[in-house]
Amino acid sequence: MSTASSQIAADGRRSRRAPKLHPLPVRLMHWLNACAMLMMITSGWGVYDDDPILGWLYFPDWARLGGWAASSLLWHFAAMWLLMVNGLVYLIYGFATGRFRRKLLPIRVSEFIHTVGETLRFHLAHEDLTRYNAVQKLLYLVVICAGVSQVITGFAIWKPVQLSWLTALFGGFQGARRVHFLGMSVLVGFLVVHVALAVLVPKTLWAMLTGGPRVKAQA
Amino acid sequence: MRSLHRPDTGPDPAILDNHLPRVREVERRLMLRGGLSLGLLTMLTGCSPEKNHEIDAALRAISSFNDQVQARLFDPNKLAPIYPASRVLKPPRFNAYYDIQQVKPVDGASWKLELGGLIADKRPWNTQQIAALPQREIIIRHICVEGWDYIGQWSGVPLGDFLKRVGADLKARYVAFQTADNYLSSIDMATALHPQTLLATRYAGAPITDPFGYPLRLRTSTKLGFKNPKWITSMEVTNTYPSGYWEKQGFNWFSGI
Repeated sequence: MSTASSQIAADGRRSRRAPKLHPLPVRLMHWLNACAMLMMITSGWGVYDDDPILGWLYFPDWARLGGWAASSLLWHFAAMWLLMVNGLVYLIYGFATGRFRRKLLPIRVSEFIHTVGETLRFHLAHEDLTRYNAVQKLLYLVVICAGVSQVITGFAIWKPVQLSWLTALFGGFQGARRVHFLGMSVLVGFLVVHVALAVLVPKTLWAMLTGGPRVKAQA
Repeated sequence: MRSLHRPDTGPDPAILDNHLPRVREVERRLMLRGGLSLGLLTMLTGCSPEKNHEIDAALRAISSFNDQVQARLFDPNKLAPIYPASRVLKPPRFNAYYDIQQVKPVDGASWKLELGGLIADKRPWNTQQIAALPQREIIIRHICVEGWDYIGQWSGVPLGDFLKRVGADLKARYVAFQTADNYLSSIDMATALHPQTLLATRYAGAPITDPFGYPLRLRTSTKLGFKNPKWITSMEVTNTYPSGYWEKQGFNWFSGI
């Protein structure tokens, strides 16, 4: 009895000493966010097509969530809850556990230039999953900001009277629409690179499913 | 009164008649194509209302929840931004569930506004009686659910004043409208009592023209464009959810901005 409980206690200590690269909450939130983002982007395209911002750009039927505008709007205003609640929990978690600071800072200019140079020579260094290079850090920081920005501009478009001060901040209703569109473009651009790299280096994808290697607890 | 958007001189109207079958054919093909080429995600999730009732019901349930959230977000004292007369679009932008050419003008002389439901004095009103009431003018932004917008200059009787005058139950939940083009619409009482909600009769200083709702339409600063019925013929105060033309097809009912 006492042996068993001390064994459990030892395991507890060990797992506290060596957590996985991507703890369960991170993995859960990552995949929930992936679902929410895909739904928001594709339903957003359906809403966009009713009155395109760029006259030459329409999103094809097959890429849109929702058979017509009403349906796309229903999806958009349903998936927004998942995006907002999951995103909020993720931000609180990232700040509270220090994960953001540990993983994403500092970003050094020299390191950034070095990584870009290596990448252009097709030297993709992903040997050590536990450390992000400067380009990765910057990309993750940008995409988190873009996600937050989408929620803010989303509110500015949804409530231009109740939140008229917010809408005015983006230069009015059409301004808020354009920034919302721009934010989507950033997210889609990130998504293309992110998915392409995950496919090129499959162990990163595997790590986001199983948690990856155990890492030493960092201050 | 002829449609304002119809040019004085233009192509022979027979052109349209001659080509109508072909136009209809193109529309029919688009419908067929649209129906056949529903997107990959759409197929997976079955968003089309008639194809997957459970998902459609779930989405509409969330939309009803969003109605309640929006009612909470609505501040009855918050006024929409107003604009200078120089920015007013003349004439305003037309939108309905049909083209401007199909607008059927309403005869102002025989027109009446019928009242029903939880209203003490249900006597109908004619245009002169409404014109004799105290008026208010607002220059506000019209925002369509599609994404476009324009600034319009509307005047008429504040709906809240009118409801008080006819002894409406101001504690009731909904005000519903029926129109000459059979476009059912309804709003919540809080929005009906908002100072920038008008029974509008004039645009940019002149009577509203036929395509835009003559002789009477709703104009509220706190809702999307489709919540502003034109050519109103009757108004009812009720506690029974009245829904609306577009809402029945899936658009959000509250649609507050």
